[in-house]
Amino acid sequence: MELTTIWFLLVAVLFTGYFILEGFDFGVGMLLPVLGRDDRERRVLINTIGPVWDGNEVWLITAGGAMFAAFPEWYATLFSGFYLPLLLILLALIARGVAFEYRHKRPEVSWKRRWDAAIVVGSLVPAILWGVAFANILRGVPLDADHEYVGGLVDLLNPYALLGGATTLALFLTHGAVFLALKTTGDIRERAGALAVRLGVGAAVLAVGFLTWTLSIRSSAAAVVLAVGAALALLGGLAAARVRREGWAFTGTAVAIGLAVATLFAALFPNVLPSTLDAAGTLTATNAASTPYTLKIMTWVAVIFTPVVLAYQGWTYWVFRKRIGVANIPQH
Amino acid sequence: MDALDVARWQFGVTTVYHFLFVPLTIGLSVLVAILQTMWHRTGNERYLKLTKFYGKLFLINFAMGVVTGIVQEFQFGMNWSDYSRFVGDIFGAPLAIEALVAFFLESTFIGLWIFGWDRLPKRAHLASIWAAAIGTNLSAYFILAANSFMQNPVGYRINADTGRAELTDFPAVLTNKVALVTFPHTLAGSFLVAGSLVVAVGLWHLIRNRDSADTGAYRFATKFGSWVVLVASAAVLFTGDIQGKIMTDVQPMKMAAAEGLYTTESPASFSVLTVGSLDGSRELFAIKIPYLLSYLGTGDPNGTVHGINDLQAQYASQYGAGSYTPIIPVTYWSFRFMIAFGMAAGAIALLVLWSQRKGRTPSSKWLLRAGLAMPVLPLLANSFGWIFTEMGRQPWIVFGEMLTRNGVSRSVSLAEVLTSFTAFTLIYATLAVIEVKLLLRYARAGVPDVSEQPPIDDTTDDAERPLAFAY
Repeated sequence: MELTTIWFLLVAVLFTGYFILEGFDFGVGMLLPVLGRDDRERRVLINTIGPVWDGNEVWLITAGGAMFAAFPEWYATLFSGFYLPLLLILLALIARGVAFEYRHKRPEVSWKRRWDAAIVVGSLVPAILWGVAFANILRGVPLDADHEYVGGLVDLLNPYALLGGATTLALFLTHGAVFLALKTTGDIRERAGALAVRLGVGAAVLAVGFLTWTLSIRSSAAAVVLAVGAALALLGGLAAARVRREGWAFTGTAVAIGLAVATLFAALFPNVLPSTLDAAGTLTATNAASTPYTLKIMTWVAVIFTPVVLAYQGWTYWVFRKRIGVANIPQH
Repeated sequence: MDALDVARWQFGVTTVYHFLFVPLTIGLSVLVAILQTMWHRTGNERYLKLTKFYGKLFLINFAMGVVTGIVQEFQFGMNWSDYSRFVGDIFGAPLAIEALVAFFLESTFIGLWIFGWDRLPKRAHLASIWAAAIGTNLSAYFILAANSFMQNPVGYRINADTGRAELTDFPAVLTNKVALVTFPHTLAGSFLVAGSLVVAVGLWHLIRNRDSADTGAYRFATKFGSWVVLVASAAVLFTGDIQGKIMTDVQPMKMAAAEGLYTTESPASFSVLTVGSLDGSRELFAIKIPYLLSYLGTGDPNGTVHGINDLQAQYASQYGAGSYTPIIPVTYWSFRFMIAFGMAAGAIALLVLWSQRKGRTPSSKWLLRAGLAMPVLPLLANSFGWIFTEMGRQPWIVFGEMLTRNGVSRSVSLAEVLTSFTAFTLIYATLAVIEVKLLLRYARAGVPDVSEQPPIDDTTDDAERPLAFAY
């Protein structure tokens, strides 16, 4: 396999991992006012992701770094072209990250209220905008022959991309609810489980619509298989959620999100950012890539360190495997 | 004002801001790990109290470092996309490795440490803070290797067809002599901040709460922090001295600009104070120490140090017409402020140690004031150090290869950069106020009561047991 293909796959894997992991973080954040009826309940919700959200977010930093190192042209065009959406995502991630750490640092109700708002908005904005961004990557954007973005903000807000945003929003909400049903006890667990099923129906409709539209824009055999897999996994997850098999339900939504992201990358390949104008402007895994020497070094680094990272991050989830409920929340 | 100016301001503001939190994360992670190790070794509760106390301050700061760090990685692509295209083949690699090797380690194990007090065996919990500390310190190396390529590009060639820099020797990039000396210099500067914070908070409690049952803990903390500051000061001086010589070699203009040295001199004298003409092309008034600059720059009291005007003429003939001179007042003063503020912290640490000689308890109001100023001094020194090294590189973004003005994103409008600069400045300013208030609140609260430790073993049924720590 060519090095550029390997790195296309690695970037795809990193974003897939990011959306699976931070997907439920976002979902938990957005469901804070819905499932957390009082301060103790909200603290239960936040503490289900407390030990892991930061590690989950590093998947994004690594994906961005990998993109920069392996496909500098892709990184440069995408980040300068999708300027305002990325700015909003950054502001949201800043507010949200600080909120987790600071929310419980003072007892005042008004203080907690404000950080709750930061968590909700900080989770909602990226949950929508990542969908908008990735739909636009697949659809293609106006690039000139120098691979410079020549469109405006309006070009990014097309109906297909907005459907993409709605789809990631619904998927992450469902994923978050399923995760909460898996990680909590008592009343919250029951409500999260029931909510997951209702949210999941909407997510399934949106996801099927979005993936069908995706495959009508560009497609490949692999993409079709992955899309069907994503739909089946989501339906399977929903069925499991209905009968309160929470482990299977979470597996279902995680696999569904993973396969849906994989569908986008499979449909995109070998392009990385198609141009809707001049075909010469289209960025591909070849013309956007770094030199073989850089890719070779980066491949060695990835081969050595990725298993180590996966091992200790997996171990963290094992350490914090226990469900928590309101009884576990300390008074202070 | 154009998009380039605003993009530069944004980079300056977001980077200096980010680096207010980074040194404390780098230094305090290790100091907290040392305190926890001492608790494990001795079983003395005092060290556990200090671990938890300074650990809390560390975490309030850590969150800010994390979230402002994401901006740094995105910013290259957003505002500096032509720079990213030009150097991506080289510059992206250390950034990606930093994330994969260091950030995962740091963020995963910090989560284990925060929430793991009652979930992990004692030793594994101690190992977690060390893993996070190692990850944090390691991350500094990779980002400094990337920055050092901008100061002194090595291990690359320019592809004539694409006009882009291509990596030819990755070990050379990682062992760039600028990186090798900047790394210990930056770490030393970080420990200067962390040690100062430990002293300032400890001293405040020592002087204000003289009857506190925890006087012993604070006494230990102030001494411990003072020694950290003293050792860090020595390391800052030592590495800074080497750095000066390397800078004279690879970026002579930066050294000349640091000194306001307009004409080549051998021997060159060190300027204590130079007042230049408004256009920055010649000096009007100066107080100097003879031979010192030659010695600092070359190691030889009679060595030649090139002047701004000669270097300007040389670069103009080498790279084409244009100005290759940084803004002299900025480099000249930031260089001096860096040294003065950094050394001031060391001097106060000596006073603090002296005040506790032979078991005395300090009580001086003046000492307290000086002690409280301590953490601010090295923070200023760090900021001025970065302003100096980055402004001293101008007009280059990659020295000798790419001008800053050619690195900016062409597709990003002035309105967009202004929006982003304004948004970051506002959210950063708001968070700064909140963060400082929280730090003061928790610093004032003092060391926690640790007598009611939850059982560490995880064998009993604990469905109803409160977590040792929860957000």
